[in-house]
Amino acid sequence: MNIEGRTLHPGHGEGDLLVLREPLSFWGGLDPKTGMIIDQSHPEVGQSLAGRVVAMPGSRGSSGTPGVLGEALRLGVGPAALVVTKADVNLIAGVIVAEVLYGVNCPILQVVSAQMPPHGITDRCTIIARREDGPAADD
Amino acid sequence: MKLTDAEAHWLSGGEGKAQQLAMRLIVAAAEASGALELVPIDFAHINSCHYSGKLSLDFAEFLLAEGAQLSVPTHTNASLIDRATPGLRPDSDFPEEVAGAHRLMDIYEQLGCTPMWSCAPYQQTDGRPALGQQIAGSESNAVGFFNSVLGARTNKYGDLLDISAAIIGRVPFVGLHTDEGRLATHLFEIRLPDELLIDPRLPHVLGLILGREANTAVPVIMGLPAAEEDDLKAIAAAAATAGAVEMFHVVGITPEAPTLDDATGGRGPSRTTVVDSQLVASMLASLSTRTAGSVSAVCLGTPHFSVAEFSELVGTLGEAHTHPSVTVIVTTSRSVWAEVQLRGWDMLLGAAGIQVVLDTCTYYLPRSTGVTGTVMTNSAKWAYYAPGMLDVEVVFASLADCVASAIAAEIRLSDEVSA
Repeated sequence: MNIEGRTLHPGHGEGDLLVLREPLSFWGGLDPKTGMIIDQSHPEVGQSLAGRVVAMPGSRGSSGTPGVLGEALRLGVGPAALVVTKADVNLIAGVIVAEVLYGVNCPILQVVSAQMPPHGITDRCTIIARREDGPAADD
Repeated sequence: MKLTDAEAHWLSGGEGKAQQLAMRLIVAAAEASGALELVPIDFAHINSCHYSGKLSLDFAEFLLAEGAQLSVPTHTNASLIDRATPGLRPDSDFPEEVAGAHRLMDIYEQLGCTPMWSCAPYQQTDGRPALGQQIAGSESNAVGFFNSVLGARTNKYGDLLDISAAIIGRVPFVGLHTDEGRLATHLFEIRLPDELLIDPRLPHVLGLILGREANTAVPVIMGLPAAEEDDLKAIAAAAATAGAVEMFHVVGITPEAPTLDDATGGRGPSRTTVVDSQLVASMLASLSTRTAGSVSAVCLGTPHFSVAEFSELVGTLGEAHTHPSVTVIVTTSRSVWAEVQLRGWDMLLGAAGIQVVLDTCTYYLPRSTGVTGTVMTNSAKWAYYAPGMLDVEVVFASLADCVASAIAAEIRLSDEVSA
């Protein structure tokens, strides 16, 4: 599968593709110790983000989003890459800090809604998010 | 994006690694959200001081070790723990979280933050943001209050971004920081009988309706005859709970809405929602999972209780004592509590069996105090979140009914709103 988009955070990520139907509230909605979605009202509750390329509209709600995403990345149970429709600044903050503090890369690609794959889990997928002025993951 | 020479210097690391990372986060946010420049701020209220895992602590340690300096007065949001009452959350039960929360509070004080530890820092009138000031807010109810009630200008900044804004003293110039972004597009027209207009639960329910219907649009309310600051606090908190409302106008009451035309920039609303008795009644009903039976706890002060609310609580209590089987907890800030103590109300509350908790939020209490069963609250925000976060039943009621129920150890509701 080839997904074209705009780089919100550069890098390279590979894993099974998980497409979420709704935005995810990370604080209270994701267990950063396991990478599992624990928000009972989310349609993909029980799914794991760990090691997957996770496509979703964006994050929702709490100011805790950057910390929870970054904490999951620190513990090795974060997503391999993110594909979002909303230019989500909280997700960007979480991945930048996880990269600076722990050297974990999680690229973020922004796509238009029509480019979003159908929800569910599909095959392995590779995300290469290039800097506008240089190669990917060349930080 | 256009950066000034000073901003480019910070981004290149010329002022150290902490300033560089802070600038990098803000510039990334600006580019993602389409800002063409950054705008200087005068004040920040940060949530990064709330322990949310080791990353929050490692980030703060990094800032401290790299000599980060704050550019603006910065108030801290509520913490995970109450330092004045350590027994509330026994260290042995959550050793890593409690130790982390203590350390995080120390670091943010050392970085130069004003230790408010409050989700309602606007209750301290000294140094609160003014009309037209650019600021950085984080906690959702405070963002709504700053924008709507004080007329200060902020988007909602998540953890890491809020303290970064405080360090570099700038934010992306987009959204609610701009004139255009603050104009209302969604009108909420109130058509309610007089008895509902003065019902203390109305602002809470109105907030939920705003959140559910407007989501990210800026709403404007018409037809509310009066509103105290605590009513507006309730609207702000509930609107950000049920949706993502970061600003609202109330015609004739909030500073940027003397008229509907002012609120919409002369364009008029693009959507209208009528708020009638039926809508209010259904929203009220959705907030309670019980209407009768015993009560095990009453939680007040979400967001933090104000001096005016303490005054009402003391007046409602009179000479009464709450039932010994009912845990009654009020959360508030250190600064409001100091005023309560000056008035001697702390003695009355203590004598009535009411526990006051500082620095933190009532959400974290049932788990750490072992409260189960049915909890009553006068906060729609608490009632909305509780069933998902805590293993309790919940009843949303007026403060007077909460007090009556705390005395009786049984749900006492003075009236029902019918459709």
